[in-house]
Amino acid sequence: MDELYALKAWKLRELLERREVSAVEVLESVLGRVARVEGEVRSYITLTEEEARSAAVSADAARAKGEEAGAAAGIPMAVKDVLCTRGVRTTCGSRMLEDYVPVYDATVVQRLRLQGLTMVGKANMDEFAMGSSTENSAFFPTRNPWDLGKVPGGSSGGSAAAVAAGEAVWALGSDTGGSIRQPASFCGLVGLKPTYGLVSRYGLVAFASSLDQVGPITRDVRDCATLLSLLAGHDPLDSTSLPGEAPDYLSALEGGVRGLRVGVPRELMQEGLTPGVREAVEGSLRLLEELGAEVSEASLPNLDYALSAYYILAPAEASSNLARFDGVRYGLRVEGAEDMLEMYGRTRACGFGAEVKRRIMLGTYALSAGYYEAYYGQAQKVRTLIVADFEKAFSRFDVLVSPTSPTPAFGLGEKVEDPLSMYLSDVCTIPVNLAGIPAISVPCGLEGGLPVGLQIMGRVLEEAVLLRTARALEEALDFRASPDPVRGEGK
Amino acid sequence: MIERKDVEYVAWLARLELSEEEIERFTRQLGQVLEHAEKIKSLDTREIKPTSHPISLKNVMRDDVVRPGLTQEEALSNAPRSEGGYFVVPRII
Repeated sequence: MDELYALKAWKLRELLERREVSAVEVLESVLGRVARVEGEVRSYITLTEEEARSAAVSADAARAKGEEAGAAAGIPMAVKDVLCTRGVRTTCGSRMLEDYVPVYDATVVQRLRLQGLTMVGKANMDEFAMGSSTENSAFFPTRNPWDLGKVPGGSSGGSAAAVAAGEAVWALGSDTGGSIRQPASFCGLVGLKPTYGLVSRYGLVAFASSLDQVGPITRDVRDCATLLSLLAGHDPLDSTSLPGEAPDYLSALEGGVRGLRVGVPRELMQEGLTPGVREAVEGSLRLLEELGAEVSEASLPNLDYALSAYYILAPAEASSNLARFDGVRYGLRVEGAEDMLEMYGRTRACGFGAEVKRRIMLGTYALSAGYYEAYYGQAQKVRTLIVADFEKAFSRFDVLVSPTSPTPAFGLGEKVEDPLSMYLSDVCTIPVNLAGIPAISVPCGLEGGLPVGLQIMGRVLEEAVLLRTARALEEALDFRASPDPVRGEGK
Repeated sequence: MIERKDVEYVAWLARLELSEEEIERFTRQLGQVLEHAEKIKSLDTREIKPTSHPISLKNVMRDDVVRPGLTQEEALSNAPRSEGGYFVVPRII
């Protein structure tokens, strides 16, 4: 049998419920793995071993008494450091919040606590979730467990790397333009960006409020369904939270894709795809056909404008959201200033890294007098066109399919000096956030030993359809590769 | 095209003290990104309504009832400087 740290959450839960292993044993297996590989992978900004141990002990005690222990009890988890955790510092990958210790939990964290959350640590990320490689972390880059010379993707790169390297069994990420799906794709994992409003944003440090969503990063589709069921549902503390309780996604998992109408937007299959990505995606489409789906070409005619619109809208919202970091109520303050204005300017100069400053500048420019209509106003109208494109496509198709990223993981340092080329790597994932629809990334092959992800996009609140499609594909593909450089002992 | 003086003005609006090197770099890089963004200007959107949010939610109201909140101590616990229950800041005028 595989080491405990390498098992899926559902398998561990079976073993735990049959009392064949204890939560403490599972946790020690994961912590042992952390001790061996964390020096190279660097998934975590903060480790919370003691908190995890006491959660594991409680889970074992509950199960020993025959009590219901909760779906997250004894399953070691990485939590992206963008989510507030009461009493555990939450840095958002930034010097600005290096010493920030929240006095409250994010709603998703609170929900998981009620299910026995066993948190190994707070995962590394691009500063304020701005980036596609985790190289924008103010502290250190995270490496891809499949190839330590490659990035794990971003911005939830620490979460994905932790799960791929066996330093956690599942993880929470956040996704504003692809930050769950792209790292899941780069690390050979399943990642889901829920419908906007399905999962509470309370306690999620805001980047672009109309685009941000929290979601799961897991080792298979079944774990993804389980974790999503734990996260989703109305939260009165988030005014953009959708009403109603979420369905049990696990029960909708099987059933296959017979008769499913699958559209392939031609605009996402054009230039820029590496041969291996194209091959893996086309292979998945053939497989879906063999499984009984009807696959044909779709079109999202305004997609060409989505990236430009996003890189106006997201920085504009960010520049407004990040105005709160003023050195007064929490976070960094640079002392010695003569007056308030000087204190603001110096604190923000010192607390924010290059990419965050770049986006604040871009957003402030796009919102400033004289440019507002030309940039921000126009980008909001483009957003309307993108939403309409998807609505039209979903009148003919049940799901849309594309690569998650046009390439597999790129090299560390490869795009750091070229922000525009980094932005362009998000071309497949960004339109989904603009439209507020759900999308999942599922592993569909390898190129040069690196994982390739398939993105499946669906109608608003049709997560169950995405999960069912991804599950059918996962079963047929039987994707079992695991990261080489950090696979086992003595390597 | 974005110029140095635009970058300096925007940095002031954003309350960001930039170094000489940053001003030069951002002038170049913001220019590149905005050039890419130019293409949205070519679309005829006179008849299109803007989307500010992906879901159409109206204002969400709740009953005005007292609920537990943060204590003063908790609210001040992350402040860089506080005294006597207040945030302490440098002089304003």
